[in-house]
Amino acid sequence: MSTTTTDLQDEIDTHASHDDHHHGPEKGLMRWVKTTNHKDIGTLYIWFAFTMLLIGGAMAMYIRAELFQPGMQFFDPQFFNQMTTLHGLIMVFGAIMPAFVGLANWQIPLMIGAKDMALPRMNNWSFWILPFAGAMLLSTLFMEGGAPAFGWTFYAPLSTTFAPDSTDFFIFAIHMLGFSSIMGAINVIATIMNMRAPDMKLMDMPLFVWTWFITAFLLIAAMPVLAGAVTMMLTDRNFGTSFFDAAGGGDPVMFQHIFWFFGHPEVYIMILPAFGIVSQIIPTFARKPLFGYSSMVYATASIALLSFVVWGHHMFLAGMPIGGQLYFMYATILISVPTGVKVFNWITTMWRGSMSFETPMLWAVAFVILFTIGGFSGLMLGIAPADIQYQDTYFVVAHFHYVLVTGALFSIIAAVFYWLPKWCGRMYNEKLAKVHFWWAVISVNVLFFPQHFLGLAGMPRRIPDYSLQFADFNMISSIGGFAFGASFILLTYIIVDCIRNGKPVNGRVWESAKGLEWSVDSPAPYHTFDTPPTRKQILEETSHIGH
Amino acid sequence: MQSRSDYFVPDGSYWPILGSIGMAALLGGFAASLHDSLVGTISMILGFGIIIFMLFGWIGQVINESETGTYNLQVDKSFRIGMGWFIFSEVMFFAAFFGALFYARQLSVPWLAGEGNNFWTGENLWPEFKSVWPLIKMPDTTNFTVPKGIIEAWEIPAINTLTLLTSGATLTYAHWSLMDENRSGLIGGLIATIILGVIFLGLQAFEYIEAYQHLDLKLTSGIYGSTFFMLTGFHGLHVTLGTIMLIVILMRAIRGHFKKDRHFGFEAVAWYWHFVDVVWLGLFIVVYWL
Repeated sequence: MSTTTTDLQDEIDTHASHDDHHHGPEKGLMRWVKTTNHKDIGTLYIWFAFTMLLIGGAMAMYIRAELFQPGMQFFDPQFFNQMTTLHGLIMVFGAIMPAFVGLANWQIPLMIGAKDMALPRMNNWSFWILPFAGAMLLSTLFMEGGAPAFGWTFYAPLSTTFAPDSTDFFIFAIHMLGFSSIMGAINVIATIMNMRAPDMKLMDMPLFVWTWFITAFLLIAAMPVLAGAVTMMLTDRNFGTSFFDAAGGGDPVMFQHIFWFFGHPEVYIMILPAFGIVSQIIPTFARKPLFGYSSMVYATASIALLSFVVWGHHMFLAGMPIGGQLYFMYATILISVPTGVKVFNWITTMWRGSMSFETPMLWAVAFVILFTIGGFSGLMLGIAPADIQYQDTYFVVAHFHYVLVTGALFSIIAAVFYWLPKWCGRMYNEKLAKVHFWWAVISVNVLFFPQHFLGLAGMPRRIPDYSLQFADFNMISSIGGFAFGASFILLTYIIVDCIRNGKPVNGRVWESAKGLEWSVDSPAPYHTFDTPPTRKQILEETSHIGH
Repeated sequence: MQSRSDYFVPDGSYWPILGSIGMAALLGGFAASLHDSLVGTISMILGFGIIIFMLFGWIGQVINESETGTYNLQVDKSFRIGMGWFIFSEVMFFAAFFGALFYARQLSVPWLAGEGNNFWTGENLWPEFKSVWPLIKMPDTTNFTVPKGIIEAWEIPAINTLTLLTSGATLTYAHWSLMDENRSGLIGGLIATIILGVIFLGLQAFEYIEAYQHLDLKLTSGIYGSTFFMLTGFHGLHVTLGTIMLIVILMRAIRGHFKKDRHFGFEAVAWYWHFVDVVWLGLFIVVYWL
């Protein structure tokens, strides 16, 4: 009896029930454990990322509390170092990267007219490795000797000779996270290459799809190198190899080369999908086609290629021949060309547009401005002689938080506000969301902008105590930090309120939005695009590209 | 091509979560066992068992689905793309270790001996140290095993090169036989390939024993031993996996699986085998020979 009702409910729940393969979601917890549906998996990824964001954010609150004034207030330096290390690792591998994979899972099939990801069971595995890896990483906090405290870049010999026992758990957590990322990337590539609607050409693809396509290649090329680096760490620590030990003929600086060969593509892994998101949102609210679609694609590809040949700019002071420094400096500065192409294209898209400023647009515009500030400070850091002054100061901290928080994270928040109504079929509270935006955007600048000054004045990063002349700006920065942290409580409320009580929306949530995802109902049915969209439909939905 | 709506999207599956549990138990247990935890060792063994069970179950289900005609050509293409890029990721994993080898040979070892503007590095740290490759005598010999010699390229490694290259040919013969619908040729070619793979592994094991027992060439023999054993070790691990995969393919071939125009499982393993073959050529040239 009850089974029949459930089956009936399934039929009602899903619009697409053409044959017996297409029933709706299973009931209960097991739906989420066993699921092969790209929408379910996307949701899991995004909630996981949000949870990790709050955990990593709580650690940032500890850090800002300790730095609120000079002197040691709450923690011993060792614990402070554990906090900075885990904060970085959790935000990079637990929050930003999974959030982008979650967005890819939800959006790519919808945007290319595919019925699901190409390899659905593997898709499930990519996600379900993450909670285990995240738990393993966090468990190090409770181990004897404490969690890793050598910074998120885990340079040898701090991470080999002088590291706590828990480092081995950290190593395997990284292995697992990398395995998950590689499988996720393979899935994205196979989906875009093979599941695209037959009538959609590559140059018809929305930019979010393009940027993720290119990001996936970066992931497949970079993550295995990270796996190699942590494997060498593991054997240096436990099996007597001497990759990073000069006494055996190795070199600690070699660790930095291998790490940053992964690490620099990694920073583009965290920003290229953000470029894609902003390129979706700005045309919608400027009511104009994206300016320079093909130049956007080529710029993304150029950035991706260049990202593999500039790693040395992270280690100008580590000991490098002068020719190497010059090469890495010029190559680095070269990246500003394609990046500039993108920024100018966004601005030109807005130029004389009939603009309106709904929440996603606010976040996207904030992204363009604040990410560009992060880009400019990056330009300063890329100049080898100037970097001698800046390196390992708060200037670097300010730089990468501008690109990662007001860049990557802002784009993720923009994407959530842009697509959340599509996912849950309900509209968020626009007024509250705008309050949240201004709260967050002001506090984040109070938080990070003074860190530029601290860095230029010489305050080193990764220290729990500092001399008195840094006191004022640190206090301002901490106040901004607490306010920014608190803004996430409001964000959580807005999202939960939207899912539960939001007003229902129709398929095309934003009247001027183009893209196949807006041609399906809101909330998006459990199964979409069982029959691929027609060429006519694709052309209509991609007219913003400027055919 | 069949209609696109026939693309197979599987129902929910328990295999991935089982794989995650197994992986966490294996790796977490391994990390704990490195610090003398018995529970860790037990968890490691348990996790390994779970992973083997998962692989059997998951791959078994895929083979079953494949044999019952669940996959259309579009699914087949997804598998091809997936396997191709997976192999590329493996190439990048080996690239990290090859990179370490080049870095040590070209940069760190000469620098330690004072090359370029590093005169005082050499003078201050280990003034006696000489930059030679193979690096028998590391800068500080107290903590490392100083080998008496190294494995010569033109002995066992040369035989192994021949073995692997021949195995590539026998595998291609098996593939051609499959496409000619010559089942006995397919099975014979696969058996020959597996035998050659096992010979390779046997010789490699013999070489390791030789290195450890007679030459004192160990994992702890400085950067030479580190790069030598990590590169050849990971390669050997991949040959082992490849051989197991070939055995699975052989058993499937005996059961009559694979058609002349649809045999992705066979091709995926063949690609993987050729990949380990190419890695070996790189190893033979830069690790053993030059």
